[in-house]
Amino acid sequence: MASALVAVLCLGLLQSLLMPKYMEGIKEGALISEYYEEERVAERKQHDVLFLGDCEVYENFIPQTLWDVYGIHSYIRGSAKQKMWQSYYLLEETLKYEKPKVVVLSTLAMKYGNPADEAYNRLTLDGMRWSRAKVESIQASMTEEESFLSYVFPILRYHERFDELTAEDFTYWGKRRLVSYNGYELQTGVKPVTEIPEAQQLGNYQFSSRSYDYLDRIRKLCDENEIALVLIKAPSLYPAWYEEWDTQMEDYAKRNDLRYYNLLEADIDIDYTTDTYDAGLHLNYAGARKLSLYFGKELQDTYGLTSRKQESKLAESWEREKARMDTELAKECAN
Amino acid sequence: MQITSAGFLLFLVGVLIFYYGLPAKLQKPVLLIASYVFYSFAGLRAVAALLGSTVCCYLVGYFLTTEQTHKNQKNIKSGILAAGIGLHIALLGITKYLPVYLETRNWFAILGISFFTLQAIGYMIDVYRGTIEAELNPMRLALFFAFFPILTQGPIHRYKELAETLFASHAFSIEKLKNGGIRILWGFFKKLVLADRVAIGLQTLLANPEQYAGGYVLVVMAFYALQLYADFTGGIDIALGCAELFGVSLQENFLRPYFSKSVQEYWTRWHMSLGKWFTTYVFYPLSTSGWVTQLRKSAIAHGHRRLGKRIAVYVSAGAVWILTGLWHGPTASFVVWGLCNYVIIMISRELTGRYQAFHKRFPATEGAWYRGVQVIRTIGIMSSLRLFDCYKGVGITFAMFGSIFTQFSLRPYVDGSLLQLGLNGMDYGIILLGTLLLVWVSLLQRKGSVRMQLAGLPYWLRFILVFGLFVVVLVCGKYGIGYDRTQFIYNI
Repeated sequence: MASALVAVLCLGLLQSLLMPKYMEGIKEGALISEYYEEERVAERKQHDVLFLGDCEVYENFIPQTLWDVYGIHSYIRGSAKQKMWQSYYLLEETLKYEKPKVVVLSTLAMKYGNPADEAYNRLTLDGMRWSRAKVESIQASMTEEESFLSYVFPILRYHERFDELTAEDFTYWGKRRLVSYNGYELQTGVKPVTEIPEAQQLGNYQFSSRSYDYLDRIRKLCDENEIALVLIKAPSLYPAWYEEWDTQMEDYAKRNDLRYYNLLEADIDIDYTTDTYDAGLHLNYAGARKLSLYFGKELQDTYGLTSRKQESKLAESWEREKARMDTELAKECAN
Repeated sequence: MQITSAGFLLFLVGVLIFYYGLPAKLQKPVLLIASYVFYSFAGLRAVAALLGSTVCCYLVGYFLTTEQTHKNQKNIKSGILAAGIGLHIALLGITKYLPVYLETRNWFAILGISFFTLQAIGYMIDVYRGTIEAELNPMRLALFFAFFPILTQGPIHRYKELAETLFASHAFSIEKLKNGGIRILWGFFKKLVLADRVAIGLQTLLANPEQYAGGYVLVVMAFYALQLYADFTGGIDIALGCAELFGVSLQENFLRPYFSKSVQEYWTRWHMSLGKWFTTYVFYPLSTSGWVTQLRKSAIAHGHRRLGKRIAVYVSAGAVWILTGLWHGPTASFVVWGLCNYVIIMISRELTGRYQAFHKRFPATEGAWYRGVQVIRTIGIMSSLRLFDCYKGVGITFAMFGSIFTQFSLRPYVDGSLLQLGLNGMDYGIILLGTLLLVWVSLLQRKGSVRMQLAGLPYWLRFILVFGLFVVVLVCGKYGIGYDRTQFIYNI
């Protein structure tokens, strides 16, 4: 028995060493699990707005800005290349912890009709706590080459990292730090748009039935929980957002009495020479701030969200968050 | 279902639970069902072939047993046997050789067919000869052919070698699980840590042979020597270990072949079950057959006494090596490979007297150092012959072998070129340490069972060694989807 315990302990330590830490390099992998840290803080538990989706939410919206200007308490449960089915299961899981008033969903993932991108699946799924939602999300997400066992025992997936271990792996072996700001991944660099890649002609512009199925499930889940669902397309200049896709989302929103914001066409005054860190793919801090100011007003006016700044404990926690972000901003600007 | 997959391990656990959990009389049905479930992953064609082979052997055994009183008994029995063997050769021909001859895709390839057809032919011949009685219990016969640990890569067993242990009831014991488990783990180490790692470098070298000539060919020889050994013996370790879990003792198939001092000795230590099969069912029958005996007598009668004394061995061994080559692969390069082995062994036989005289003249050559020279020489010869298997063509094999001498350069070994084959420094380190471990274990094996020696160690040391090996397989094994930073395109 003792040797079995020693073996299990050693394997556990080994697994935690070999798993990517996502603290310095690929920070996207840390985003999903950080939500649970948020939920541990009593005054922060109940959010007004929950953002779901891929980098079009977690790099373009700033919850701190929504709080500072509008007193809206929000969180971004985003992850890299988050698929529609993953958004659904994340929402299902989140509802075990809280019930937001509004869910904002990035629609870019409608273009992914089938399981793909194993590496990105791991970024979303490894961070989820074990639950029925996680099991179903894994089953919905797995590509043919993947095995469920590798999610139960991630060492089976990451074992080959033994010859790629860096100081980050040892520094954060068994401990973590917050890398996002309520789900927002801070980017301060500036890389102006010089040219926009030409949009490829597609053979078929129809979103898959699988994507629609999960969008419907998200909509129904919101309806059942009296949550307002908002569909958005972020103001990223590429990859291309085809008119045919835009029309489908407009039609869907119309049919289901939802709001759909194509933020590429909104009057946000984004300057793509200064407000993007990767030549128009995503906004940097300056651009995200502009977008958040615009969108916060929409949330306030359309969904009746009122300021919660009178909640002193919540306000204090946001002050601490602001200080943390300001420290990081100062460091980035100094660099 | 790969035997090195997590799925296979889960399957194994499931079978063990049923095997030991149900009444002992159900152990054979459990193994039979499990074997067919295992084989079903190879496809319906494979299952049909195995079932067909089993039915054929059953009928042959049945008719050979019941055909007692007919006045043309011997002819009829021979006919029955010939039909049974013919059907199996036809099955092998259609699935393995015809597609190559027709230059079509091998749609008919059936996993393990080269093994269970030999086992089937051996069984029918043994029944014909009266060496064994026909097995008229269909379930037992089916299990003999389908027993899943040996179904896809042997060892090839004669019926009498396997029947008693396979059909006996086996009580559960922790010792069986421990011993079987350790053997399986050792097999996983050889296969996943060494064989599959070396295969990466080998794949690069063989994908573009002209680019990797000269000194690289020596690297091919070294890599393939390790890969083939680790892959094949690793698979056999897993097979024997699995069988041991169920209490079934299988025949060993390898006996430290790289410690051989001659090519002849090598073939008594490498893939022993295949060698025994060809010796029993081809060499001896042919060498004592009427027409070979006639050939011998004719040679002696014509004054070729020396030739006459040797002709039985020459002819029979030649047939064995041609068939062995064909068994390994359906192309000319395998036949040439077989013939090269034959020529080397025959020359070695002819020179036996001279070798003895040499050793007598130079007694120092009886020492350990000379045995080391012989071992290295044998490894060199066998590694050279295996180039036929690497380059898959007679002409290119000779050309690449020749390039060792005509294009040799030390540069690939010193300018970092070996790190461009898909293997990094850590990989080479693992390969080197892993090879040293193989050698060390083989040296320990000369004193007796390594697992018995392990059992004699203090518990804490045993735990460290076994758990340590498990961790090495878990971490360094080549399996699953590898973590690759370049897979991440951050901005989508």
